[in-house]
Amino acid sequence: MLDQALTRKLRQIVGEKYFRDDKEALVAHSYDGTPMLQSLPDGVIYPADTYQVTEIMKNLASYSVPIVPRGSGSNLCGGTVPVQGGVVMVMHRMNQILEVDLENLTATVQPGIITAEFITHIESLGLFYPPDPSSMRISTIGGNIAECSGGLRGLKYGTTKDYVIGLEAVLASGEIIRTGGKLMKDVAGYDLTKLLVGSEGTLAIITEATLKLVPPPKSKKTMLAMYKDLYGAARTVSRIIEAKIIPATLEFMDNPTIRVVDDFAKLGLPRDMEAILLIEQDGDLEAVERDIELIRKICESESADRVEVAESREHAEKLLTARRSAFTALARLRPTTILEDATVPRSKIADMVLRINEIARKYNVSIATFGHAGDGNLHPTATTDARDVEEVHRVELAFEEIFEAAIELGGTITGEHGIGMVKAPFLEWKIGKTGIEVMRGIKQAFDPQNLLNPGKMFAKETRKRVVITRG
Amino acid sequence: MSKTLQLKLDYDQLTNCMRCGFCLPACPTFKETGLEQESPRGRIALMKAVADGIMDPDQAFQDQMNHCLGCRACEPACPADVKYGQLIEQARDAIEDHDVHSVPVKGLRKVFFDGVFPHRGRMKWLGRSLSIYQKSGLRKLVRGSGMMQLFPAHMREMEQVLPDATAKGVVEQLGTVYPAKGERIARVALFRGCIMDVLFSETNVNTVKLLSEAGFEVVIPNEQVCCGALHAHSGEMDRAKDLARTNLQVFKDAEIEYIVSNAGGCGALLVEYDHLLHEDSEYRELAEWFASHVIDVSKLLFEHGRIPAFTERNAGADEPVTITYQDSCHLRNVMKSSNAPRQLMKQVGNVRFVEMKEADRCCGSAGIYNVTQPEMAGQILEHKMEHVNRTGAHYLLTSNPGCLLQMKLGVRKHGARDQMEVKHVVDFLYERMSSTP
Repeated sequence: MLDQALTRKLRQIVGEKYFRDDKEALVAHSYDGTPMLQSLPDGVIYPADTYQVTEIMKNLASYSVPIVPRGSGSNLCGGTVPVQGGVVMVMHRMNQILEVDLENLTATVQPGIITAEFITHIESLGLFYPPDPSSMRISTIGGNIAECSGGLRGLKYGTTKDYVIGLEAVLASGEIIRTGGKLMKDVAGYDLTKLLVGSEGTLAIITEATLKLVPPPKSKKTMLAMYKDLYGAARTVSRIIEAKIIPATLEFMDNPTIRVVDDFAKLGLPRDMEAILLIEQDGDLEAVERDIELIRKICESESADRVEVAESREHAEKLLTARRSAFTALARLRPTTILEDATVPRSKIADMVLRINEIARKYNVSIATFGHAGDGNLHPTATTDARDVEEVHRVELAFEEIFEAAIELGGTITGEHGIGMVKAPFLEWKIGKTGIEVMRGIKQAFDPQNLLNPGKMFAKETRKRVVITRG
Repeated sequence: MSKTLQLKLDYDQLTNCMRCGFCLPACPTFKETGLEQESPRGRIALMKAVADGIMDPDQAFQDQMNHCLGCRACEPACPADVKYGQLIEQARDAIEDHDVHSVPVKGLRKVFFDGVFPHRGRMKWLGRSLSIYQKSGLRKLVRGSGMMQLFPAHMREMEQVLPDATAKGVVEQLGTVYPAKGERIARVALFRGCIMDVLFSETNVNTVKLLSEAGFEVVIPNEQVCCGALHAHSGEMDRAKDLARTNLQVFKDAEIEYIVSNAGGCGALLVEYDHLLHEDSEYRELAEWFASHVIDVSKLLFEHGRIPAFTERNAGADEPVTITYQDSCHLRNVMKSSNAPRQLMKQVGNVRFVEMKEADRCCGSAGIYNVTQPEMAGQILEHKMEHVNRTGAHYLLTSNPGCLLQMKLGVRKHGARDQMEVKHVVDFLYERMSSTP
């Protein structure tokens, strides 16, 4: 329960309609896209501008009330679940594109704009914003920045952090910080812009962002390579990179994923294949054709059963859309779908896929794997039932071992979803004790009262590593 | 009420929602308000909170359940295949069990849901009375007297766009069997609907003649009753099931290959009779047979018929006639037919089809939603009409009586009244059939 004097002030700041603490609003903001997590906030607030955000923060700070900033709540790491109560701040009203600067090729936006709407606008101007998280039709740019979202084009174009060049953000104290700007070069001090990207709402509330835009590629070609041998598909990924070809997209789906995606998208995907690769190259037409031909040869030399090039843009777009739906389509199998986000160096993709399958067998759980194979980012996804406590426990053990395998292969525990609550116990595995201390120091400097999205990123206890082997 | 909700809500379906949020952009009420609780994900979270005992089904909860249009645009958007339509019906059913409606609402509901819709004779009586009211000068008198001011604004507006009613339904006009022209492709049964047959009996007649022209023998079983959609969507499940059982037998006896619907709203319930009666061991099998035989008139014509040639009446004119189409949500999202009506209307000569932006989004009619939730319905309609007007169409076509009335209202309130006509796809096609006298 919030202090009544505080709620009165909050209502004064945003207006009666835009602060709510009734049960309906609280329940509807007690979760995000992560399964099995739920916690009620004490209030929900919808600011209209940066000034309101600063006023809200000042008041919350004086009452030591936690704040959880939120876009569409589609994240998968428990990043916006208000575990310690407090106020959820929904950024949807701040959804304007403030400027598209055609001379500098930048766009300045408010955080609440839906990513796909922003991209549509940018493309209508003949420009290109490459980050394309699979959730882009729902997710907001602010959420993408907070979680440093990736997507299907990460391999060639990088992820959100590579396109954020300036930020305006409000600190826990209510003070405003501005970082970067419309500059392609800027080394004035620590790079606070990059620090805030992916900070998961734990350092500041992003209220405005300046994004880098690029010219769109002149042409695109999409192909599908199908394998009866899982290892052959994974090997192909490493071989393509080895051949110094960087496709725009290089996606992997295993057999269980192919089946459910096809059930959902009805595309006639080859259901008898062990794995498929969805490959897209873009750029100048000649270069695209040359690359696609080379890739085709590599696929065939790695014993691809069939290789097909999409005959039209519509067909290609359908394939990409199908891939984007993989995560949720898997939910058709069992009631609870737990998607993970392990990443390894690209040369280790094949080893990682085999390890995931071994681990799934060992714990007798069903795990489908798909992901952005080209950048080493796999999404092993367990289909289970939250009501079966024993099975869920085995799933947790399996994932623990999968993270361990990823780190052992030189990888990381998350490539694009962030730490949130879910990965917090494993963060130390990746960055070490000293790394955690440095990060805690940074958190302390930004948010001394620990009001911003508390309970995320830093766990009370680090999960003990079960086996430590170096191979 | 918590107990009833816990009993009636399908907990498996509640668990299946993985909260990915893919449904959010598909939801009209979320689009209008931007509030999580006004989205399918939010509403499911509220239902689950009640089922889990975290939340009481208070007035806000009930209002929120009723605020859903039931357009089911969230279902095709949901990769996890959550049966949202069933969940919202279960929630409303539970609320209805306990609801204390205000006396006039209670009375009206009883009159229409129990007293009129299910009874063919009374529907005819209603049609006759309406017709007398409309034709006798009584309407003029009423409108002139200011008596209509007693009704809320949205009811007054609706009264103005109501088409001329009739007590002469399709059977009275054509009989119960209508032969196929040329070689018979199949024998099909028309589901005539209750509102369709009183307010749009001409559309029913045109449907039969169009089907006949395309090679279908049409039977119109006279014992058929209301489909029960309005009952089911308003939480009167038992009543809906009773109606369904009657229809099952009537249509089974008709010995037909398809059951044709020309109203998206009715069709969507007919096609789900199997779900409606899945717990009824006696009728389950028959319900499955029924559901698998239901088809929308456009789809039947397009996929199985000999499509007649259609020529625009104004064919001589230099400029083609512009048409656009508002999807019936239930036809699109439940009966999965959005291509067939478009393909058919594109076959009319000298016609230019302009797809309107967000044609797949609910117009706000949604059964009796525009009567029960006038504010939200009005807001949705206003946004809809912006897209309609941008097409500059001469004809705005639809596939469901509710949508048809709502669009007529829209054109009257926000559109170019003189230049735009709202029509059922069937009527538009029938009038352009080359062999039409």
